[in-house]
Amino acid sequence: MALLCLENVHVGFGSGAKRHEVLRDIQLHLAEGEFVAIVGYSGAGKSTLLNLLAGLLQPDSGSILLRGKPAPGPGPDRGVVFQNYSLLPWLSVEENIALAVDQVFPEWKPSERAAQVRRYIEMVHLAPAALKRPGELSGGMRQRVALARALACEPAILLMDEPLGALDALTRATLQDEIVRIWLENRRTALLITNDVDEALLMADRIVPLSAGPGATLGPSVPVPLPRPRDRRSLHHHPEHKHARRTVLDYLLGPGGRPKLSVTRKLVLPDLLPEDLDGPRPALFAPPKRRATAKSETIEVH
Amino acid sequence: MKRFQRFNLDSLLLPLLGVAVCLLLWQILAGSNLQVTSRDDFGDMVTVTKRVGLSKDLPSPGETWTASKNYVLQPWAKRGELDQGILAFTWLSLKLVAQGYAIALILGTPIGFCLGLSKAFAKTFDPIIQILRPVSPLAWLPLGMVLFLSVKIRVPGAAAPYTASELASIFTVAICSMWPTVLNTAVGVRAIPQDYLNVAKVLKLSRTKTLFKVLVPATLPYMFTGFRLSLGIAWLVIVAAEMLTGRPGVGGFLWQQYNALSYAHIILCILTIGLVGYALDRLMSLIESRFKSA
Repeated sequence: MALLCLENVHVGFGSGAKRHEVLRDIQLHLAEGEFVAIVGYSGAGKSTLLNLLAGLLQPDSGSILLRGKPAPGPGPDRGVVFQNYSLLPWLSVEENIALAVDQVFPEWKPSERAAQVRRYIEMVHLAPAALKRPGELSGGMRQRVALARALACEPAILLMDEPLGALDALTRATLQDEIVRIWLENRRTALLITNDVDEALLMADRIVPLSAGPGATLGPSVPVPLPRPRDRRSLHHHPEHKHARRTVLDYLLGPGGRPKLSVTRKLVLPDLLPEDLDGPRPALFAPPKRRATAKSETIEVH
Repeated sequence: MKRFQRFNLDSLLLPLLGVAVCLLLWQILAGSNLQVTSRDDFGDMVTVTKRVGLSKDLPSPGETWTASKNYVLQPWAKRGELDQGILAFTWLSLKLVAQGYAIALILGTPIGFCLGLSKAFAKTFDPIIQILRPVSPLAWLPLGMVLFLSVKIRVPGAAAPYTASELASIFTVAICSMWPTVLNTAVGVRAIPQDYLNVAKVLKLSRTKTLFKVLVPATLPYMFTGFRLSLGIAWLVIVAAEMLTGRPGVGGFLWQQYNALSYAHIILCILTIGLVGYALDRLMSLIESRFKSA
């Protein structure tokens, strides 16, 4: 049975004529222990999708099932790594993680909780910076703290919302390897949201493309049957890699691509109809005949 | 060497230069004594002292110093109820300020939190706050006198119960200095990033825990800005309150000396009020900067 299921989920903002549909007809099944990547355009609704999965947002229709039961509101069973780290700047690295651990495992002894905090700080290689505040850390280090905080709660699912989006390319590569290493260690279900197809191919077991908005929906899922551990230097020679990459890109650039943008413009014509010279003369002060409807044309923009 | 010189020039010499310029202007404006000796109608030599100058009655810096030496050099002296050393007066004023300010913070911070957290609360009370906020301390004081006329509050261990004028002054300080704390706290609560609230939601923090672990620390910098502005207002208000009630204190002394035509002491009081206000502001910004490390 799937761990987390989304069935026919629709989400929109606003109501009535101003309603703006963000996600439409979302079907997603996450199996236990699977690493799934959702790849999509920026602005397509990726973060909305993650907020749905995290329980921070309720769908307008459709159902979200966690282990076959309707998912409750947000909770530590679904750990979230936000794009902008979301660390509390007045707490040190250790205190940030301890806040989460103390909250999730209140029945543990204090020494056990401290050990848990230490274990996850070491897992992301931040032991020397444990007492620093987030403001004193680099972006990559902050994202490690956020990752450690999410993992230390031992969630059933780890949700990552473009966790590496704000990092430079080299830090990004190191952290990608790190996340995969940690995932391989304890094989929790993980969902990565990203706009980078190569990142998804390197890390995930399965890629689900998200079409461009408005009204984005998930495309057919593409398995990535590459052996682990994956080596980023030789990966792209693998035929499976090439095939998966092409399938994802074909969908994103083809049927799941941006709808053609069009511009509607009003045609400015003289408001008066030409006088009919052959007909009977109109009365002296008769109102002039006006055009019944405004004319407009729609032009596609390439 | 060069660095040392620049340090001296910027942080010591320039302020001193500013003081010197002001003293000079003051000296030019101030009057001075002029002794005129002339022969009167009876043929006697008579010496008359006249005040001359742009503003005849304004004492010069030197005269101010001579007149207020007693108060400055014996700052804690108590010669009479309204004839005390300048620090003794300051202490009396500060005691009232501290009590009013404490009440302002204790009331203002929770009100600010309610305003920031609840839209309904904000809509309900915002008009009242906006109307009460610009009311002058001079207008609140008589109301305070009326309110506390027959109220007797005796603190255990204190020699005498609070007098109505004391209570009215504390009330005025509290109600006038509360608003910056209220408004800054409300703005701070509204400015908390959604991310922090998401963290609280994902971790399922309880309401109290969210308040003390997330909301309060996130608002603290704004709250301290409010506290600092409030303290400045509290110090402004106490002078007005003392002038009206005639209580011993810097403001009361100032008003009494004005009525006694000893203008040098007015200047002494003005300088004292300014220096104490500056010291309080520095103190608050020091505390503030410790909390703004985030």
